[in-house]
Amino acid sequence: MARRENPEINAGSMADIAFLLLIFFLVTTTMDVDSGIPKKLAEKSDVVPPIVKEKNIFQVIINRNNQLFVEDEGMELKDLKDAAVKFIDNGGGVGNPMPGKDAGASCNYCKGAKDPASSDHPNKAIISVESDRGTEFGMYVAVQNELLKAYAELRNKLCQQKYGMSFTELDKSFTAGARKDDALRKKVEDIKASYPQIISDSEPTNVQ
Amino acid sequence: MSKFKNKKKEMPAVNTSSLPDIVFMLLFFFMVTTVMRESDLAIDAPRLPSASEVKKLERKSLVSTIYVGKAKDAKYGTGYNRIQLNDKIATPDDVPSFIFLERGNVSEAEVPFMTTSIKMDKESSVGTLSDIREKLRDVNALKLSLSTHKSADIKK
Repeated sequence: MARRENPEINAGSMADIAFLLLIFFLVTTTMDVDSGIPKKLAEKSDVVPPIVKEKNIFQVIINRNNQLFVEDEGMELKDLKDAAVKFIDNGGGVGNPMPGKDAGASCNYCKGAKDPASSDHPNKAIISVESDRGTEFGMYVAVQNELLKAYAELRNKLCQQKYGMSFTELDKSFTAGARKDDALRKKVEDIKASYPQIISDSEPTNVQ
Repeated sequence: MSKFKNKKKEMPAVNTSSLPDIVFMLLFFFMVTTVMRESDLAIDAPRLPSASEVKKLERKSLVSTIYVGKAKDAKYGTGYNRIQLNDKIATPDDVPSFIFLERGNVSEAEVPFMTTSIKMDKESSVGTLSDIREKLRDVNALKLSLSTHKSADIKK
């Protein structure tokens, strides 16, 4: 019996088919990664907010012409970060009790001026952002960004001093380990508690 | 003479049998990285503001997106404050039902981790944002992300 060899299958059009699919996916793919400024809204509740001393509030106002007023004085956007750092890191008095402690203590890591007329402690310092309904979203985001930068700077500095690396690096390695490393968690939480981000958005005014 | 005859020989065909392999490799790469756009935009693609202190949005399945910007269709007006939910132009009052709809797509345990991403044009006004925020508070959707581009420099 003669052994017939199998004829080869012509795969020449396979490349064409693959190309077709490839081009489809090339066209539909978007490469951008979604990123944004995280915000946590306050829960609706009937609890009356505690009265906060005037000196512990850092008032930032953006008016409908996108002008910035900080503590009732006009300010350029580029100066906002430094002003916020100065306010948060002032450490002029006794703060709220840290987690696990009964009584509040004065801030022993603050590098600020200890001005009695400015904030008592980073965990008491509240930044209040007030904007008009007509304020542009771009400006609002820019202001939020500057305030977050101020916190990032303070956290990085403290973390460098305490643990020998910046908070950004610390947080990155914590996240890379799927948030499971307990030693790292302690460090992250410690830094976060030292400089908690307290940025409150008050209801926008409506000046016509 | 024979030398010249030899030159007339045909060129051998280039072996292209590995071409499909290469193309398939690229194809798989793009197939894996692709995220299909979930809704058609009824507003002009928002020009997002830029910021440096941003966090990446993780777990795309838990993110519901609200677009705010200028409507493509002129019948909705020409302002930058139109809200789009699920392919349609909507009002802030429709936000709660949108959130409940999104919640239906995930398991109950994951509801607290759901994030609302607001993609808002930089010329939109804060008033619209605040209206949306108020509605989100009503339905306890408290995690919010203001979508921005990542960039190091300050821009207004």
